[in-house]
Amino acid sequence: MSVLVIVEHDRGTISTHSLGVLTAARNLAKQIDSQLEAVTVGAMADTLADTCGKHGATVVHQLHHDALVDYGPEAWGEAVSQLVKTLNPKVVIGSGTDRGHEVVAQVAARLDLPASMNCTEFDDSFNGSNSLKVVRARWGGSLMEAAELDAPIKLVTLANHTVEASESPVTSSTKATAVDLPAGVLHSFVRDRVERVAGVTLATAPVVVSGGRGVGSAEAFAPLEELAGLLGGVVGCSRAVTNNGWRNHTDQVGQTGTRIAPDVYIACGISGAIQHWVGAMASKNIIAINTDKEANIVTKAGYAVIGDLHKVVPAISEEIKRRRGN
Amino acid sequence: MKILVCVKRVPAPGARINITDDGQAVDTAFLGFTVSPHEECAVEAAVQLVEKHGGEVTVLTLGPAEAEEQLRTAVSVGAVKAVLVPIEGRDWDPQRTASAITQTIRQLESTEGAYDLILFGNESADSCGYQVGVRAAYALGRPMVNGAKGLEADGQIAIVRRESDAGQEIYQLPMPSCVGIKEGINLPRYPTMKGRLASKKAEVSRVVQEASEGGLKMITLQRPPERVSNTQILGTGPEAAPAVVDLLVELGVFK
Ligand SMILES: Cc1cc2nc3c(=O)[nH]c(=O)nc-3n(C[C@H](O)[C@H](O)[C@H](O)COP(=O)(O)OP(=O)(O)OC[C@H]3O[C@@H](n4cnc5c(N)ncnc54)[C@H](O)[C@@H]3O)c2cc1C
Ligand SMILES: Nc1ncnc2c1ncn2[C@@H]1O[C@H](COP(=O)(O)O)[C@@H](O)[C@H]1O
Repeated sequence: MSVLVIVEHDRGTISTHSLGVLTAARNLAKQIDSQLEAVTVGAMADTLADTCGKHGATVVHQLHHDALVDYGPEAWGEAVSQLVKTLNPKVVIGSGTDRGHEVVAQVAARLDLPASMNCTEFDDSFNGSNSLKVVRARWGGSLMEAAELDAPIKLVTLANHTVEASESPVTSSTKATAVDLPAGVLHSFVRDRVERVAGVTLATAPVVVSGGRGVGSAEAFAPLEELAGLLGGVVGCSRAVTNNGWRNHTDQVGQTGTRIAPDVYIACGISGAIQHWVGAMASKNIIAINTDKEANIVTKAGYAVIGDLHKVVPAISEEIKRRRGN
Repeated sequence: MKILVCVKRVPAPGARINITDDGQAVDTAFLGFTVSPHEECAVEAAVQLVEKHGGEVTVLTLGPAEAEEQLRTAVSVGAVKAVLVPIEGRDWDPQRTASAITQTIRQLESTEGAYDLILFGNESADSCGYQVGVRAAYALGRPMVNGAKGLEADGQIAIVRRESDAGQEIYQLPMPSCVGIKEGINLPRYPTMKGRLASKKAEVSRVVQEASEGGLKMITLQRPPERVSNTQILGTGPEAAPAVVDLLVELGVFK
């Protein structure tokens, strides 16, 4: 009887989200008086056993197959399913990432078990054998659902940033298992990669100057570009902007765009629809620039300027340049 | 190339999502509805592939009778066949939805031949289950990659590009295959006048399905705690600029 964590990694480098998952799983294992175990896929990940032990995993299952050199949703799903079938854990937890959801969904499909993604809470009435009550994020986090997972093995993913990782070292052992992968699952592997060019991205920039429908055109983003440049930040936008073809989707902030957490978010001509807000709400400070003082973003932001962004944004850039003496 | 796209009808809320008094559903009394965004892009991706290689696009939805509206939207931008699996009452859970979709695809394929590609959204906008497509693909015995931000297909091989923290990953799937699409892969077109007319006339076929309930049961919907802010108004118009810059200094981002 155990709680099993699917450790996410990229060619042997652990995903930081996995540490939070190990921590949450350790708490759950304690609650139901069972032990925490972890599973890594591919020999490249064998080096992660130490980290798993430091975070409380008593056994680290290492799944091996010659073909497991890079990520493949079906191969990973099949490999983990085989382990789950023999191990029969009470709960299996993956991370709330693209890969985490995908692998858990693959396991769920293969074992015909229900799965609940992006959980933020596990109920303390769970004793290992009854149903597991969870709270999970829907609508990209704009809405929560209390749900009940009724199955002999509970499959879940933990929403990112829900539990802060902490160490709790135990004596841990490794158990290598050769898995048998049918040819059919060997198709969907990563075959090639394009590495990201270094630089500030929307997800990591300290300042994001975002424009919405109020900006009015692609060209009218130039002053926002200038302000972002002066502050060492980048430009973001709302879906109204990408839908109009004014900017690329890579700049979109929100539920179906990027979630950001900059020091300062400057939202210009954006109304603050809930699907935009969920992408921006983790910002440490929000300054709204809007002609409408009733706009949702204005009432939710910490700071606001009421006025025409086409006048306000250039004025801010001018003031910055003036103070810098150029 | 024959492509099937699975789309879902979802409400389009504005500033907040309200919940009905019994906590069982989103209060849609004053809301419009839309095709879930990732799937809107999946329809566009399918139409583009058919424009390039020939063939046809079929759209499929499981939902209330009103979901015909979303099927017609898809027809207005280039799909030619539309299939509704009608359900009544509350949403079906992911396992039940996937079973009904899988059964419907099997039936369609038995009369119309296999689809070269079956497209899904990466996740539905409202329930965010991240699983219906993966379950259906597995049941149909086809390869599946989710999160596609790029898709090429020549009838033999589908090439999928997806984003990761490290950059871009490239997958190659033998066809027929299934792919989950993410918004940003393309910019969905607006319907033309001709498309709008076609969508009015299009025939929507109905396929009734039975499927048993799965093990994930909703108890109630809840709104997360809302952030209330005592917004500090820094000023009005361009005259507010010095106050904004003072604030940027205070927040440590003006150096
Ligand atoms: C399932 C789903 C997912 C979605 N995902 C996203 C997402 O990821 N990201 C996202 O952004 N949206 C998303 N949306 C869309 C969202 O619901 C809104 O439609 C969108 O965010 C509106 O963009 P906006 O604020 O730019 O435009 P609007 O809502 O039209 O607001 C424009 C604002 O500009 C102000 N304004 C106008 N002119 C000026 C001016 N000259 N100076 C200053 N202010 C001015 C107006 O007062 C208004 O507040 C999603 C929708 C759905 C249904
Ligand atoms: N009711 C439905 N009708 C048609 N397709 C659906 C339905 N529910 C989910 N899907 C498809 O499955 C994908 C994943 O859904 P989900 O598992 O709910 O996140 C969606 O993006 C759709 O393509």
